Amino acid sequence: MIKSIINELRISFIATVCLAVLLCGIYPALVWAVAQGLFHSQANGSLVSVKGQVIGSSLLAQRFAGPRYFHPRPSAAGDGYDAANSGGSNLGPTSQKLIAVVKERAIAYRTENNLAPGVVIPVDAVTASASGLDPHVSVPNAFLQARRVAEARGLNEEAVRRSIAAHTEGRDLGILGEPRVNILMLNLDLDGKG
Amino acid sequence: MDIYGWLQLAAFIGLLLFLTKPMGLYLLRVLDGEGRTFLDPVLKPVELLFYRIFRVDRKQEQDWKQYTISLLMFSLIGLLFTYLILRLQHLLPLNPQGLGPLSPDLAFNTAASFTTNTNWQSYGGESTLSYFSQMVGLAFHNFVSAAVGIAIAAALVRGIARHTAKTIGHFWVDLVRVNLYLLFPICLIYALFLVSQGMIQNFKAYETAKVVEPYTVQVVKKDTTGQEMKDAQGKAVMEEHKIDTQTIAQGPMASQVAIKMLGTNGGGFVNANAAHPYENPTPLSNFIQMLSIFLIPSGLTYYLGRMVKNRRHGWAIWGAMAVLFLAGVLICWSAESAGNPHLTALGIDRAGGNMEGKEVRFGIFNSALFATVTTDASCGAVNAMHDSFTPLGGLVPLTNIQLGEVVFGGVGAGLYGMLVFVILTVFLAGLMVGRTPEYLGNKIEAYDVKVSVLAVLVLCFSILGFAAWSAVRPWGLAGLNNMGPHGLSELLYAYSSAVGNNGSAFAGLNANTPWLNTTLGIAMLCGRFLFIVPVLALAGNLARKKLVPESAGSFPVSGLTFIVLLVGTVVIVGALTFFPALAMGPVVEHFIMTGSGKLF
Repeated sequence: MIKSIINELRISFIATVCLAVLLCGIYPALVWAVAQGLFHSQANGSLVSVKGQVIGSSLLAQRFAGPRYFHPRPSAAGDGYDAANSGGSNLGPTSQKLIAVVKERAIAYRTENNLAPGVVIPVDAVTASASGLDPHVSVPNAFLQARRVAEARGLNEEAVRRSIAAHTEGRDLGILGEPRVNILMLNLDLDGKG
Repeated sequence: MDIYGWLQLAAFIGLLLFLTKPMGLYLLRVLDGEGRTFLDPVLKPVELLFYRIFRVDRKQEQDWKQYTISLLMFSLIGLLFTYLILRLQHLLPLNPQGLGPLSPDLAFNTAASFTTNTNWQSYGGESTLSYFSQMVGLAFHNFVSAAVGIAIAAALVRGIARHTAKTIGHFWVDLVRVNLYLLFPICLIYALFLVSQGMIQNFKAYETAKVVEPYTVQVVKKDTTGQEMKDAQGKAVMEEHKIDTQTIAQGPMASQVAIKMLGTNGGGFVNANAAHPYENPTPLSNFIQMLSIFLIPSGLTYYLGRMVKNRRHGWAIWGAMAVLFLAGVLICWSAESAGNPHLTALGIDRAGGNMEGKEVRFGIFNSALFATVTTDASCGAVNAMHDSFTPLGGLVPLTNIQLGEVVFGGVGAGLYGMLVFVILTVFLAGLMVGRTPEYLGNKIEAYDVKVSVLAVLVLCFSILGFAAWSAVRPWGLAGLNNMGPHGLSELLYAYSSAVGNNGSAFAGLNANTPWLNTTLGIAMLCGRFLFIVPVLALAGNLARKKLVPESAGSFPVSGLTFIVLLVGTVVIVGALTFFPALAMGPVVEHFIMTGSGKLF
């Protein structure tokens, strides 16, 4: 019995080393080599550069708070939009904290976008995303912000709405997921850097 | 609950059904030591080389005790291997961020978590683990713990299929073949697909981006020694910080995520897991990730049917699983679509559903579907924060875990868990008609029922025992992020997830404390190994039984009656065991949320 256990421990040790070489060495290196060749931009984070300077990733939200820019969803990642510390608020539906902060955001959203009292606020505009880095907002959320952005920039609202439409992504393969607007790419476009 | 949700659900089930037979046929070849696959020309030499280095005789099968010893020793070495890597992280390569070693309790928790295929995340991913720790310390277990699960399922199926036999297979052969012919090749292609969707795969240091709109934040001022400064009233002194950069985590993610999903492991490369846009960039990557969780478990039901020469039995089990799966999806989806009445009262669109802790690209339906899939299986990856689900929406993943994750289930673990319930079902059916129960030519006797019940009881006792203990101790309550019934749900979920080897969480619970890390680590080891040993004992006992030819009095293990009885057994065992605890958590929270304005 003892002898057999010692023998099994020996095999276990060797098996761990051998399998690790294949599955933790060769396998990820192979994926890395092919991915860097075939999908260079994606494999390196879909980074966006302006004049040679990396300004963010097209897949990740960053903070926009001024009236000239479309605003992403609220973020609970680190101190907000921390792309090295992702996460949600994890507040439950009957949490005092959650309802208080949503109320605050709803009032702010209504005020800054000058919404009539009867207009309902899109829920994604006032709730924190799961990752804290959700790069998208819902289509109604983007359109409700259009007038504010147009006024702050002295642009025709119709032109801003056209930009939104141009940056709206439909459902994948026609049925998967939800229609959405990428905030960073939309804002860059308005800045003339897209 | 819109038309697109229904279409996606139909597409998901349709594709799963379509892939079940091909996957099952391939599993038949992989799990047969002499089986041939189309990859033999490349991989057979590697397989044989492994046996030579191990010095094992691949033709010498093991009885259940030898099989168990091999499995336990291998798991023990793996546990130590990962514990050491995590403790020595700062001395090892591929650590561009210079991350320090993990504390002993966090390293134990994480090593136990990955050895048991749980992948509970007390660690923070991008903020805690180096690339080496992820790629070697964790991904190693993503492969081998999945292979071990499949090996156990195969051993149990062999036990059922064989008669008057001593052996139930060869652990080392099963381990090597599953890794080599099944997991490795699929992951290779799958990982590249994920990169094409936007997932990262690199070894760079974290990227620093100059943000478009710099901003200032108020932070607590620190003195020269790093102490937080306080004014005369004891209030923290604040100062303005200008922020003009965003640090973006990088790493070899795709290779790890492929096996994380296929092996139903679920441990996130980053803290936000599959909700992070890098870890799940598009609705398409999301769809394929969900499908890949169920792929092998679903194929295993077909494998079972072929091995026991009763294909209808395999499909009947598939059917029972599908019924429980659909029930979960529909409840969770409708609860999340209904949204949070407290938000509606603030002038927020009700039709948008409950979007706190969800991502826009997935929306309500894909978040509900993912939550159901990941907890039906023992995966535990999340693309939305379960802690922020509505009470009934969160009840579904919690219940799925407590039922034993037998709805398709973890790779291997789902099938062997369900087969334990099948034994109980056959036994109950036998009681009802007053005959000695039979199962596929095996007479089911006291010993078989005892070990099956033992396996089920281990799960119940561990979950409820640990959850009750933590709910009355300061170390348990200290970690809570939510108060009231939701707080109890957080603890209940944590231990259910640990014992069930799921790994998803009501993640508000700050579990990274010595007490919680240690008790959760022990809970995971109990849930895995105290379940596996009875299952292998059952396999050994079934294998040695004489064949009892089927007669007119045998209870048929296919068809509608069997499906109804099986689903009933699973639900009744789960409901009787966990309903009282659930009533005090999510159920009462639901009534408080819909019936009163009370907040916690």
